[in-house]
Order: sequence, then C-alpha cells, then structure tokens
Amino acid sequence: MNFKMVVLTAVMLAEPVVCLAGEASEIERIKQELETLRQSYQQHIEALETRIEMLENQQAGESPAALVEAPLVEAPAAEPAMVAQDRPNAFNPQIGVVLVGGVSSYSSDRDQGIPGYMTGDEAGPPSEGFSLGESELNMQASIDDKFYGNFTLAVADEDGGTEVELEEAWFQTLALPYGLAVRGGRFFSGIGYRNQFHRHADDFVDRSLPYRVFLDTQYIDDGVQLTWLAPTDQFLEFGAEWLRGEGFPASGAGDNGKGAWTLFARTGNDVGVSHSWQAGLSWLSADANDRSSGDENESDHFTGDIDIAIADLVWKWAPGGNPNQRNFKLETAWFWQNQDGVFTPYDEDGLSYDEDQTGWYVNGIYQFRPQWHIGLRASGLDADSPGSAFDGTSLDTDGHDPRIYSAMVDWSPSEYSRLRLQYDLDESAPKTVDRLYLQYIMSLGAHGAHRY
Amino acid sequence: MLKHRLFLLLMLVLPLPVQAAFTVFACEPEWAALATEIGQSHVKVITATTAQQDPHAIQARPSLIAGLRKADLLICTGAGLETGWLPLLQRRANNPAVQNGQPGYVEVASVVPMLDRPASLDRVHGDVHAQGNPHIQTDPRNFIPAARLLSERLQQLDAENAEAYRNNHAAFDERWRKAIVDWQQRAAPLQGMPVVVQHRSWVYLLHWLGLERVATLEKKPGLPPSSADLSALLAQLQQQPARAILRAAYQNEQAARWLSERSDIPVVELPYTVGGNAESGNLFGLFDDTITRLLTVQP
Repeated sequence: MNFKMVVLTAVMLAEPVVCLAGEASEIERIKQELETLRQSYQQHIEALETRIEMLENQQAGESPAALVEAPLVEAPAAEPAMVAQDRPNAFNPQIGVVLVGGVSSYSSDRDQGIPGYMTGDEAGPPSEGFSLGESELNMQASIDDKFYGNFTLAVADEDGGTEVELEEAWFQTLALPYGLAVRGGRFFSGIGYRNQFHRHADDFVDRSLPYRVFLDTQYIDDGVQLTWLAPTDQFLEFGAEWLRGEGFPASGAGDNGKGAWTLFARTGNDVGVSHSWQAGLSWLSADANDRSSGDENESDHFTGDIDIAIADLVWKWAPGGNPNQRNFKLETAWFWQNQDGVFTPYDEDGLSYDEDQTGWYVNGIYQFRPQWHIGLRASGLDADSPGSAFDGTSLDTDGHDPRIYSAMVDWSPSEYSRLRLQYDLDESAPKTVDRLYLQYIMSLGAHGAHRY
Repeated sequence: MLKHRLFLLLMLVLPLPVQAAFTVFACEPEWAALATEIGQSHVKVITATTAQQDPHAIQARPSLIAGLRKADLLICTGAGLETGWLPLLQRRANNPAVQNGQPGYVEVASVVPMLDRPASLDRVHGDVHAQGNPHIQTDPRNFIPAARLLSERLQQLDAENAEAYRNNHAAFDERWRKAIVDWQQRAAPLQGMPVVVQHRSWVYLLHWLGLERVATLEKKPGLPPSSADLSALLAQLQQQPARAILRAAYQNEQAARWLSERSDIPVVELPYTVGGNAESGNLFGLFDDTITRLLTVQP
C-alpha cells in the first residue's frame, strides 16, 4: 500500500512537468492510469471494510458460536512447550524391556527328567537357587502403511555363559483385503492358546506339562503364516503356517527347510456383559531329523514324523465387563501327540517307534482385589507303554503318569511390575518333588497390549 | 489334501456375511452416541465399552476383534486411553480401513485442546498419558470439533449418504451449541466450588464449569489409594473443606465412601459418559444430568 502511495504522489508531482511538454496523448494515458489506480484502491478499501465489519460482529458475541468456542482457545496455552519439540528419535519403534528372575528351592535336586517322554532343552524346571529367567528386549512399530514389524531378543544365562536368543523377528501385513493377514519371519506359532504368549505374560512361573513336553514350552519357528478372519458377528479365525521345522518338536529343518506345517481355527464371543470365551483347535505336523532329547550329555535321538493336535478353551469372567476390581479366568487344553519313526537310545541301536501320548492342563486365576491374583493349576501326561523293547530307555514310563499341581499368588503394584510366589507339587517323575518359587517380572519402557 | 478338504468344509459351514449399513466401531459410549447423532439410520454402531467399564483396562476380547473386522470407521478418544487393547484389536482385525492414518480411523483427541500434559514422562508418577489427559468427554465443547471431524469422515467414506451426514451434523451442531449455553447458565452457581475427584478423569469438566479441585483420591493415576494416602487426604480436607467427592460409575466406590463417611462430604456419582445412569441415555441427557447432580451440592 505504501508503495502505491509513493507512486501516486510521484505521478501527481510529475503531471505539471508532462503538461509543460505539451503532449496531449501522454496526458490522456496518465489520466487513465490514475483512474485505474483509484478503482483498484476503492476495491481494496471496500474489502477491508467488510472484513472489519465481520470481525466486529464476531467480537460482539451475538452468535452462540462465539460463546461456545472462545474458551477453547485458552486451553492449549497451559501446555508446556517441551512436549512438542521435534525429537530425532520420534520415529523409533516402541522399545520395551522385561526383566524376569527369581529364587527357587526344591526338596530334591536330582534331575529325573520326565520318564516316558522325549523332551527338549527347556522342558525342565528352572535351575535351583537364584536365577535369571529370560530378560526380554522387544521393539515393534509400523513399518509403513502396509506392514508392521516386531523384534524380540531373549537373553538368558545358560551353563555359565550368556546366550542371546532371537525369539521373534517378524513382519505382518496391515492392508490385505478380505480379512486376510500374512506374517513372515520367526514367530510364536499360532497353535494352542498359550503358545502365542510371551513367557512374562504367563500366570505361573513354569508352563504346564503338555506345553513343556510336547512343545518344549513354546513352539517357535521360521516361516509364513496366513490368517483369515471371517466377517461374522462371532469371532471366527482360521490360520495356516508353513515353517522351517527347526524348533522343537520339529528338528533338522526337514523337507529342504520346509519341515513343518500347522492349521488352526479359533472362535469366541461374549456371553452377556460379564462373560467371554474363546475356543480353539490346532494341528501341527512336523519332521524330526536326528532330534536329541533327554539328558544333555547322554542324549537319545529320534527321526520321524510328529503330529500334534490341541483343543483349548478359555473362559473369562469380569463383573459388568470391568476386570479392574475382580475377575476370573479358566484356561484348559487337551493335547494329543503321535510320534512315528526310529528312536535311538543313547549308545544303543535304533528302535522302530510309533506311539500316541496325551496331555492336559486346567488352571483358574482369580483376581480377588485390585493388584492381587491367586491361581491353581493341574497338568498331566498319559502314555501307553511303547513295548518291552523300550524297557530301561527314557521312553519307559515305568507305569507312572506324570502330574504337577501348582498354586500361586501374585501381587502387581502397577501393570508394569509383578511379584509371584508359587508352589509346585511335582509328580512328573516317580519321586515327588516340592518346588517353591519367588519370581519377579518387571517391565520397562513401552509395553504392548496383551492378547486376550 | 487334508488342507483342501478342510477349506471346502469351512466354505460350506460359514454363514454368508451380511453388510447392511456403514458400520462404525466406537471405542467409548460417548463416541457411539455421537456417531448415532450424525449417522442416524445410515450407520450401524458397535460400542466396545460400556459406562461401567474402565476404558483403560479393556481386554482385546474375541467379540471386539470380530466387531472391528466389519467396521468401516473406527472412532476413539486416542491420546493413549486405549493403548492397552486397541493396537492389538487393530492388528488382529485384519481390516485395512481402520488402521492408523487411514480416513477410517478417527482419533478425537487429535482435534481437541488437551489439558494436563505431563512435563516429564516417568512411570514413577503412575499411569501417565504423554499426550495429555484423555478423559475429554466431560467437556461438551469438545464434541463440537469431534462432530465436525466425524461428519467430514463419514461424508468422505460414505459419499452416497454425504448429504444426510452434512444435514445431521448441521442440526446437531446448532442444538448442541444452544444446549451448551443453557448448561453454562444453569451451572453458573457452581463457579469456584471446591471438589474432590477420584481419578483425574474430571479435569475437563472442572475446567469447563470452573470447579476447583482440592484433592484427588488416586494419588497416582491408575493406582488405587493406600490407607495412608486416604488418612492424609482426610486431614487435608479438614483444613480445606470441599463440597463433594466426584466419582464415575466404573470407579471403585470403597475409597470414596470411606472418605465421605469420615469427612461428611457427600459423594456425587456422575454418569461420566452416555449410559452411566438411567438419565444419561444420550449426549444431551449426559450433561443435563451431570449439571443437575452437581447442583444438588451447590454452595
């Protein structure tokens, strides 16, 4: 505007000079320019007047809009500015660390194994005395609008050395149509209810007998998973996995590194506002190539096919659907396993082996007041005798059916910390052992949502 | 072979999906009520929680996963309120329409001025929310931008009924603004009234009506008060009296009752959200009733 004023003044001053020059056409031209300028000014002024009028109207507060929304403007002023700072790590994934450890005391320190069953490295109880469980480092984030990624390292002390185990390293699709999702990488297999839980989310220090013996506590493997969620009112999910076949009960990555596959289906719903449930059926078929089991130094070996079927049910109750004060969870599963192949006891010749084994567990967890849970669990295994050829080997049950009965109480001052006391009456071997555990589970940093 | 047979069997057994209307999945009852106001008969609304449930502590139940699978739009408070369950629902629902960043994901906190942003983030302070206090539905003014955002997204995603959404929103906006003016007039005597709150869930209500918070029952957000905390609070209230202890239906009543019996300060149970009591069947009822109940203890 100032610039135009200057021009205008300059033109007006210039006029007499132009007149003196006596060129009529030039005067005409300048007059036109002046007129154009005047008109342009008029428009500007009108526009400004309209705006001033509008602003005045708004300030007068005649419309309810002004009354209602004006106070909102004050609110953000109260925020501390530091939160809005742009941080270079703003795009980092959420990082969480879980510290698990504790102390335990057993009435007998003799490791008897579980006679009658081939077991992996993780099947036994935690070592006695002070011990660290698995410390877990987890990172997860959206990769872009199509993929989500998750990475978990488990660090544990084993035989005097610290071992880092890659527990999970997977991506999952977020944008497939028709209710489909694909997961790829290393992940907890979708079979069973408990298999997909991180150990820190368990309700007991140790896993139930069938999980320990048939899945070496947790079946983890590399491969792909496809799930489909039906567009029904009732939750109905189907999944299939094709896996490398490296994690127990599979072994040796059979079939050129495609040695295992699974199928699973689960369904669930609410019953009224206070109850909800989920039931599942799963199937695992795996190759074992020279899989070692039992005693670490004098291990047995197995080569053959393994089929496992799992049926499970979870029922939860929370009054009014609000689990904060009190809630109850019933969890149960039944396992069936067939192993068919050649069993080679330590330092002996191979034996042709084909046997069905079953397992089960049932547990109830009751939160009787905020921060406190109590839980009871029974689990067991049953097998027929594989035949007299197996007498004296680790597959000889000696007529004993393994059972473990557990009772626990835990206290969670917040959702990030938990202390647990547990007693196990361990009848997994002929000689009964009492086990007492005190466990801590501490969660640092970001902590993802837990599964149902 | 087995796989094929199973698949065929499943195809026969499964009921065919029926997609009747545009489906809105609302995390909390207040947004369900808002979706009903704007969508009317054009939307089917699924509500994840009730007024009797603590929206922090919901489990990712199978029914919720199934519900989100069919949703065309997801509307939630955001700001960390649903961190314990919503991300899991989003990942397990296998539904691209409701993922973060999609037009089908409506986070109300993103358009509302947030109060109570913590200056430092440390869990020593309890269950703190980095983006500010997420209990935004206790100030009716926050529904104005929320309704605008929801209406825009509904128009965008369900173009066929855009006209209806636009009209419904305009009508709601007008009624709502009038109602707010009315509520503010009724609540004028409450200005400056000292109150005790259970959880910091009433910050927006207090801010709106100019109530003064003299104490909070939960010393740290999300953690129940200890008996020592309560005794200290009782001593404090004898020095600095309050007119009422405000409590939401879903919150534990023990602590509030204990304090009320010893301090003679009445507990006022507010609906907190739609469906919190018989009178708060919709958004208008919610605030009508909130003001009515507060006026029973006015100075």
